[in-house]
Amino acid sequence: MTLSRLLRHETILAVLTVIALIVLASLSDKFFTTENLLNQGRLMSEVGLVALAMTFVIVTGGIDLSVGSILGLTAILLGVFWKNLGLPLPAAIALAMLCGTFAGWVNGYIITRFNVPALIATLATLALYRGLAEGISQARSVRGYPEWFFFFGQGEVLGVPFQLWLLGIATVIAAVVLGLTPFGRATYAIGANETAARFSGIRVNATKLWIYSAAGFLSALAAVVFVSRVTTTRSDMGTGLELDVITGVVLGGTSIFGGRGTIIGTVLGLILIQALKNGLALSGVKGDGTIVVIGLVLIGAILVGALFDKNRGG
Amino acid sequence: MTVEASPAPLGRSAFQRFIGGYGQEIVVFLSIVFLFIVVGAINPRFLSDTNINSIFAGNAYIAVAAIGMSMIIIAGHIDVSVGALIGVIATIAGTLAVSGYPVWVAWTVPVLFSIVVNGLVGALVAYTRIPSIVVTLGMLSILKGGLISATAGAWISDMPPEFMIAQMRPFGIPSAVYFMVILTIIASLFIRYTDFGRSIYAVGGNMEAARAAGINPERTVVGVFALHGFFAGIAGILFATQLQVIQSTVPPNLELTVITASVIGGVSILGGTGTVIGSTLAAILFACIGSALIFLNVSAYWLRAVLGLMILATVLADMARRRRAK
Repeated sequence: MTLSRLLRHETILAVLTVIALIVLASLSDKFFTTENLLNQGRLMSEVGLVALAMTFVIVTGGIDLSVGSILGLTAILLGVFWKNLGLPLPAAIALAMLCGTFAGWVNGYIITRFNVPALIATLATLALYRGLAEGISQARSVRGYPEWFFFFGQGEVLGVPFQLWLLGIATVIAAVVLGLTPFGRATYAIGANETAARFSGIRVNATKLWIYSAAGFLSALAAVVFVSRVTTTRSDMGTGLELDVITGVVLGGTSIFGGRGTIIGTVLGLILIQALKNGLALSGVKGDGTIVVIGLVLIGAILVGALFDKNRGG
Repeated sequence: MTVEASPAPLGRSAFQRFIGGYGQEIVVFLSIVFLFIVVGAINPRFLSDTNINSIFAGNAYIAVAAIGMSMIIIAGHIDVSVGALIGVIATIAGTLAVSGYPVWVAWTVPVLFSIVVNGLVGALVAYTRIPSIVVTLGMLSILKGGLISATAGAWISDMPPEFMIAQMRPFGIPSAVYFMVILTIIASLFIRYTDFGRSIYAVGGNMEAARAAGINPERTVVGVFALHGFFAGIAGILFATQLQVIQSTVPPNLELTVITASVIGGVSILGGTGTVIGSTLAAILFACIGSALIFLNVSAYWLRAVLGLMILATVLADMARRRRAK
């Protein structure tokens, strides 16, 4: 891994993003307005928060398919704790987020304790957590939250959406941790060669447990923002979120084989996707058409990466 | 993914070998029998002709899709786009049928389409070494988005009666059941006794060893994906013709059910071992569980949580077995 190569991928991505922004701005005069851009930032935040943790997960060579289900489960628990159990809303939020974080920790525990491949473990918990959300809620939605709660998803601080501040702060923390701390270096080491990392005295299992718990925590945080933004709780919330998140991370240059990737790349990848979604929608492409584009972009991005990097195999 | 094939047990009696080789299948089979006895005792309507009919015929397409999925997983790969593919196939078949094409065209064209699409996915996976999870995640969104933007989720109805192959009942048994049984038998003989079938195990067990043994792993992977496309195609046709209408959307969570059937049927998630008989039994087991929940007055909304727990339990048991085998 060389620094110049990392910079190159992110430079290409940055240039691509700028080109996409220019093209999309010329296609629709509604695109490049402050209002639209801030609104897009608002919509990007939930995927963005989860993508930060997913970058760590994929850098270790793992994957977490259950993030969308954790989001759904946390949202349902939030509603149930508040409405059915009658807890005060702040306590319900805290407790639900604790459960979401615990769900992430369970992923990490299954993966590290029993040596189950992350793909399979989180595929199982994807079903389990979504199933719990459906079973607990019995497909009933919860609404009628107090006005102050909508601040997290709809409020603004200094003219910028609240969740964009949240995403910004979380991004800085994630970038510092991954780029500048021993924990971040351990994350890369595990992804590059787990056995070697173990022999070098890195606490592989503890590091992974932290990372999967963080994925649970950020999915839970995203759930709170989501519920607050759409003002209602439903058990199908966050379905398919994992696809958006993984696409953003992989597009951002994080190798799906582990060992390589940066937070800056992930953020650029997210911006590119959100810009494409929004720009295509403004130019008249329907919502489902944009899913096709995301799928194509995902396969295309990895294909290009694989062609440039033939020596690495699965 | 590094993989080790579990060693074949040697020096045991034929009976022990049978138990060892088909352990998971026997467990699944006994679970089905157990469910029928217990739930039947609690609520005799569970054993009615209509219910047994709907358990077997209504879920045959899942079992058929799980045959192909088992081969994919045995080869060390995965396909999360199979549910979307089945939705697309059903829609193509239904559209052809109501547009006045001959019935055999409406049956075969979607299956060919499915084989080609999955063959391409297989080629992408085999030759670029992009993990199959990523390629099929991408395919999932392409197929799903493409289907919904093309059809807006419209319902297809008024299909000609001769098109409804899953509803035909030769000798009083729904034809979907014939498909399930016959394809399971053919596939298990195929995977056990043909060169290609055995090369699937070899590639899933250890790709480099397979190459050293003279197998072309890339070609095997493309072949497995194409075969999986064939089974998904048949599953799509059965799915399209079992009800009077087709809703042209992606059946929710179908891929998960199919993967779960394969894994619970004894296909090791690390590749290299498993049988297709197990996956068919597991598909029937799920159908029984789903039906039993209803007959025991448990909300069907818990079904997915039960499936998730079952995958988890099976995977953990698989890992424990492997650790013991070492």
